[in-house]
Formats: sequence, C-alpha cells, structure tokens
Amino acid sequence: MRRGITATALVATLALAATACGSDDETGGSKSSGELSGTVTWWDTSNVGSEDKVFKKIAEGFEKKHPKVDVKYVSVPFGEAQNKFKNAAQAGSGAPDVIRSEVAWTPEFADLGYLAPLDGTAALKDQDDFLKQAAASTKYKGKTYAVPQVIDSMGIFYNKKMFADAGVEPPAKIADLKTVAKKIKDKTGKTGLYLRGDDSYYFLSFLYGEGGDLVDADSKTVTVDNAEGVKAFGVVKDLVDSGTAKTDATDGWENMMSAFKNGDVAMMINGPWAVADTLTGKEFTDKANLGISTVPAGSAAQGAPQGGHNLAVYAGSKNLDASYAFVDYMTSVESQAQTAGELNLLPTRTSAYSKKEAVDSEIVQFFKPVVESSVERPWIPETGSLFAPLNVEYTKVLTGQTTPEKAAKATGDSYRKLLKGWK
Amino acid sequence: MAVHTSQSVAKAAGDDVARGRSRGTGKSAPPSKLRRALSVHWYAWTMVAPVVLVIGVIIGYPLVRGIWLSLTDADERNVARSIGVNKMPATYEFVGLDNYADALTGNQFLGTLGWTLVWTVSCVTITFCLGMALANILNRRIAGRSAYRMALILPWAIPGFVSVFAWRFLYNENNGLLNKILGGAGIDGIPWLNDPAWAKFSVIAVNVWLGVPFMMVALLGGLQSIPSEQYEAAEMDGATAWQRFRHVTLPGLRPVSTTVVLLSTIWTFNMFPVIFLLTRGGPGEATQILVTQAYKFSFEISPRDFAQSSTWGVLILVLLMLFAMVYRRVLRTQGDNW
Repeated sequence: MRRGITATALVATLALAATACGSDDETGGSKSSGELSGTVTWWDTSNVGSEDKVFKKIAEGFEKKHPKVDVKYVSVPFGEAQNKFKNAAQAGSGAPDVIRSEVAWTPEFADLGYLAPLDGTAALKDQDDFLKQAAASTKYKGKTYAVPQVIDSMGIFYNKKMFADAGVEPPAKIADLKTVAKKIKDKTGKTGLYLRGDDSYYFLSFLYGEGGDLVDADSKTVTVDNAEGVKAFGVVKDLVDSGTAKTDATDGWENMMSAFKNGDVAMMINGPWAVADTLTGKEFTDKANLGISTVPAGSAAQGAPQGGHNLAVYAGSKNLDASYAFVDYMTSVESQAQTAGELNLLPTRTSAYSKKEAVDSEIVQFFKPVVESSVERPWIPETGSLFAPLNVEYTKVLTGQTTPEKAAKATGDSYRKLLKGWK
Repeated sequence: MAVHTSQSVAKAAGDDVARGRSRGTGKSAPPSKLRRALSVHWYAWTMVAPVVLVIGVIIGYPLVRGIWLSLTDADERNVARSIGVNKMPATYEFVGLDNYADALTGNQFLGTLGWTLVWTVSCVTITFCLGMALANILNRRIAGRSAYRMALILPWAIPGFVSVFAWRFLYNENNGLLNKILGGAGIDGIPWLNDPAWAKFSVIAVNVWLGVPFMMVALLGGLQSIPSEQYEAAEMDGATAWQRFRHVTLPGLRPVSTTVVLLSTIWTFNMFPVIFLLTRGGPGEATQILVTQAYKFSFEISPRDFAQSSTWGVLILVLLMLFAMVYRRVLRTQGDNW
C-alpha cells in the first residue's frame, strides 16, 4: 500500500518536474518572479519563543515577492527534527519541501538520498560569497545538497553583574574557571557554571581543550578513546563533582536557560542561537549585562566546535522550483543581515558582514573571529551519528555511573562499530 | 511400472469426474469432507473472512516482516527508498541468526532485561498491594465513598502522556514542586531524574500511580462478587479480621487477581510511555527497558538499526509468550480452570 502511494508521489513529482522544466525552457533565463506558484512547506528548527518569530516573518516575506506561492511555516523542535524528517522522508509522505538542516545532518540526509542536489539550480547563487567553512558541510560526494543559512560556534556567556559582585574576570583556562566559580559561590552563593549534561555537543570544547577529537577522518582513526579523550571526560566530571558546575540528565536546555536567565548560575557555555532567548530573561532586561567570552582553554588547546544550519530541499518535493527560490531568498544577503540584526545570528555570506546590522551587533562581531578559529568536524554521513553513543557515556560520567576511562572506551567501541574499517 | 502408474492416475481422474457427476454415490474421501465443511459453514467463513483479512494485514504482515528483518542486516542505509528522483534498491542481506547470537551473548540485552524484570516485578507487586488495600478500604460503607472512588480513578482517566509530563515537571531538580516542598522543609533537593537510583525509583513511582486505579477497580469488582454469607459464616465461627481476609477474601478474589496480574505484567513489561517520556531511558541508560531500547535502535540512533530493533522485538514477544505459558501452567496445577 505504501509502495503504491510512493509510486503515485513519484509519478506526480516527475510530471511536475517535467512541466516545470518545460516552462523553464519557454521563458529561458529571464524567468519572471510571478510565475512560481504552489505551496512551499518549511520546517524551521530555530528556538521557539524567540528566534522563530523572526524566521516566520522573513519566510512569509517570500509570499510578497511571489504572490502565487503559499509558504507554510512549521516550527519543529530542534531535538526532534532529525528523526521527524527521516520518518517522513522515508515514508514518502509528510516531509516538508525545505528543511533547516543542522550541519551534521546534511551529509547524512544526502547519503540517504533524501535531499535534492542543488548545483545549477536557482537555490545556489553567488556561491563564492559563502564562507568556506560554512559551505563545507553542504557538499557530499562532489555535489551540493544544501545552502548555508547561519554559522555558529560556542563561547562562555556570563552575567556581568554577578561577575562584578564577585570581583572576577571571565576565565581563560579551565583552572581559572574553577577559582572563578568558587569566588562566585563564596560571594553570591550561586553556582558558577551550568553544564548541559544531556547533550554531548556541549562536551566538545572540553575535548578539544585537552587536544582530543571524536575521530580523525583523514587517517580513519577513532580518537575519542585515546588519552586526551579520557582526560576530557575527567575534566567535566571534576567540574560537576567539585561543584563548579551544575548539570541535569534531562531537560538540559530548559534548565540551563532558566538558571542563567534567572541568575541562578553566573555562566553557561552556549552559542549565538541562545542569545535571543537569553535576552528575554529577567537578569538581562539590560542587554549590556550579558557578557560573552571565548570558551576556557584546556591543558592543551582552546577550541569550540563549528556548527550552523543549512537549508536543504527534499528530493521528493512536489514544488522544487519554488523551493529552490525560497532557499535562495532565505539565504540572501538581506535575510542574513536581518537575522544578524534582530537575532544576533552569524551570516554565512561574506558580504552580509559588511551590512550595518551585522556591524552593529556586538555578538556577531564577537563570534566572527571565534567561528574562524573554531574546530571543523569531518563532514561524513556518520558525523551526525557520533552524538548518540557519546550522549549516553557523557551523562553516565556526569552522574557517576561510569569512570572516564570506561566511558571513553565504550564510546570508541561504538564508533568503530559505526565506522566500519576504522582504526 | 511407469505405464501402470500412469494408467491408474488416468483412471482415478476419470473416477473423479464420474463421481462429480453422480454426487453422493461415491465413498467419502477427504476432499468431500472439506467440501461438506465448506457447504455447512460457508456462511460463518464468509462472515469471518474480513476480520481474518484485517488481522492478517495489521498483525500478521508486520509480525512476519519483523521476524524477517531480524534475520537480516537491514538498516536505514540499505533498505529500499524512492524519494523523488533518487531511487535506491534494497541491499541488505540475510545473516541468519547472527543478530540473536549478538543480542543474547552481549551484555546490553541481558543488562536491559535485568532492569526490565526488576521494573516489572516491583511495579506489579506494589500496584497490586496498593490496589488491594484501597479496594478493601473502599468496599466498606464509609462517608464520601463515591467521591473517593472517583478521585482514585482520576489517574486512569487522564491521558497517560499528560500525567507523565506533569510528573516530569514535579520531578525537575531545580524548578520542580517536589524539591521546592523539600526545600521549604529544609531538606536538600533530590536528583529525582538525574541520579540513576533515584531515576529508577521515580519511574516506578509514576507507573504505580498510573496503575493503581485499574487494580483497584478490578479488585473492587471482585470483592463485591464475594457473597456476604461467607463473611457472616466466618464471623459466626469466630474468625478474626485477618483470618477472614486470608481465607475468604483472597480465595474469593483469585479469578480476578490472576487475570489482572497477568495483564498488568504484560502491560508493565512493555510500558513504553512512562519510561520514554519521563527519562528517555536515562540518565545514561539506567532506566532503559527492552521496548524503549528497541525503539531507540529503530528511531533514535543513526543509521537506524532495523535489524537489531526487530531482533529485540521478537525476543520480547518470545519472553512474554513464555511467561504466559508458565503462568497458565502454574495456575492449572493449582486447580484453576484456564
């Protein structure tokens, strides 16, 4: 029965594609914008309650340019989007035309055949304008499957008022982090740092700080279980055990944001995506109270992961042409300048950084060099799969269920199972 | 020899045709028995056919497919997909019983099974005892009895996911009501869902809270069907309250309680929503039961491991069937008519 539906969808898509191609030929390159029609469904994964309003507004602006197109904006929680998209894409029904795909998901979706290649379509314009780092995750096996929308990295967010009360400066090293947290505890009675315990993405800067990494794709080696990896697990365990940081095994995002916004903790490690939400907190009614600094260095290095989001088009979309145009519109210099101004998100286009909105945003200006020096992950289909096994062991370490050595080993073992033939 | 055989076949065929014409004269052979059964019961078969068909489609097909997948190395990347212009054929292969060998020799399945058994036994025991106590209390004539009954059925009336989410808010370590109350009394907050041992306690507590109403209602029904003459006779004989409970109430409840314990065991063993919505199997994998882990294989990890997930699914089915068989046999030896 399912095959029947898929076949029908396939035929319909082919027919649509064929007719679309036909009209393309007629009008040639000077295709007037009024010609696009139909519905474009977009799954946005931005934070609900802060970022989503702006993205919805921008997305609906597409309808003004193309009055015959109906943009259906759907907000999907970031944590669920990857699975939801996979379910829908595989079933062949219910998938959106355009998805905001996290950088690590993009090669995975492309590998599974869920994304439409974008080379030579209207979605990719001025390719050379994109930051090289941002464009890297959109390529898979020589084809481009997505267009970079925002780029990000991580830093330490701190409460300037609490820091002034305790008489401390942002910590540059993890050793400083502990003394800073202790002073804050002594002076204000509050915990220094909130460390997310349910999402190992927040563990990466500690791993990089000890000189470790999850995997080394060039030599096809799993590196998470070497000495540096074990050390990094030890570092985060010590932060929690010593009371420097507090953590949770569930609802980490909500607890982190409410603790920081209400002034229950003085610091959190986070990225530009959290800025809009943070500024809604009662501690940050005066926006100047939010301080941002680079993540503290470990014993070997200082580094934060490079992340971001791309916009990708579902291969089974029934409205490919409008989807391509929509992706182009959403990643245009104007849209990126608008999100930089209103949400402090970092553009992926070089030219957007010279726009007034980006220049005026302190946060964009702070994160720009951070992103440039951030650690790039290998864009292999498995990159997005590396977090599930790591999450389990990371949480186990923080809740005292396992030792750093065992956790590193267990993570390495599951990586070798995942990455067949790797050392 | 060959000639002879072919002759006899031809003859038999001829016989058959002849018999077909002169109905009723031939001797009763198996085919005609079937035919007779059909002619007598055709109406019943026709009426049953849609149900058989629907069950075959919605239970039989997924079951057979699940068993088949558990014998292959199917995952997200090698099953057939056709998305728009991209068409990919299935490339997974038959691997025999490898998945079962892996599951039964590795410690993940056995570890998860261990906690699943602890979870099932403790949930069913506590739920049954509490349900029994409440049913006995509410079986007396006390003021506001129907109000109590309504209040106690409430957890059952609320959709499961709603109450589980409510509990999740209550359990929140920093902002939850439970820790606020403890904090008010000067007690340090408890890491309800963040500490493995507390998380196990918390999920059991929620499941008991959800399961008690069913137990109570079922046992209350059982209590009301025990004739009051038996209690009167026991009282005449000078039996104490405990003796009356032990020798009148418990035997009288036996038919009801054996059924609810069996049902409750199966439900608890596969109680997906409580674990999944409360802890997602965490912290780490401390509260992961077999079904939530099977779900994780199939929907949460990537690439999704359909083969391993089906293997666990089939093993869960086998375990529950074994349990039901043993349970039935034990009851039968004790004289119950099952």
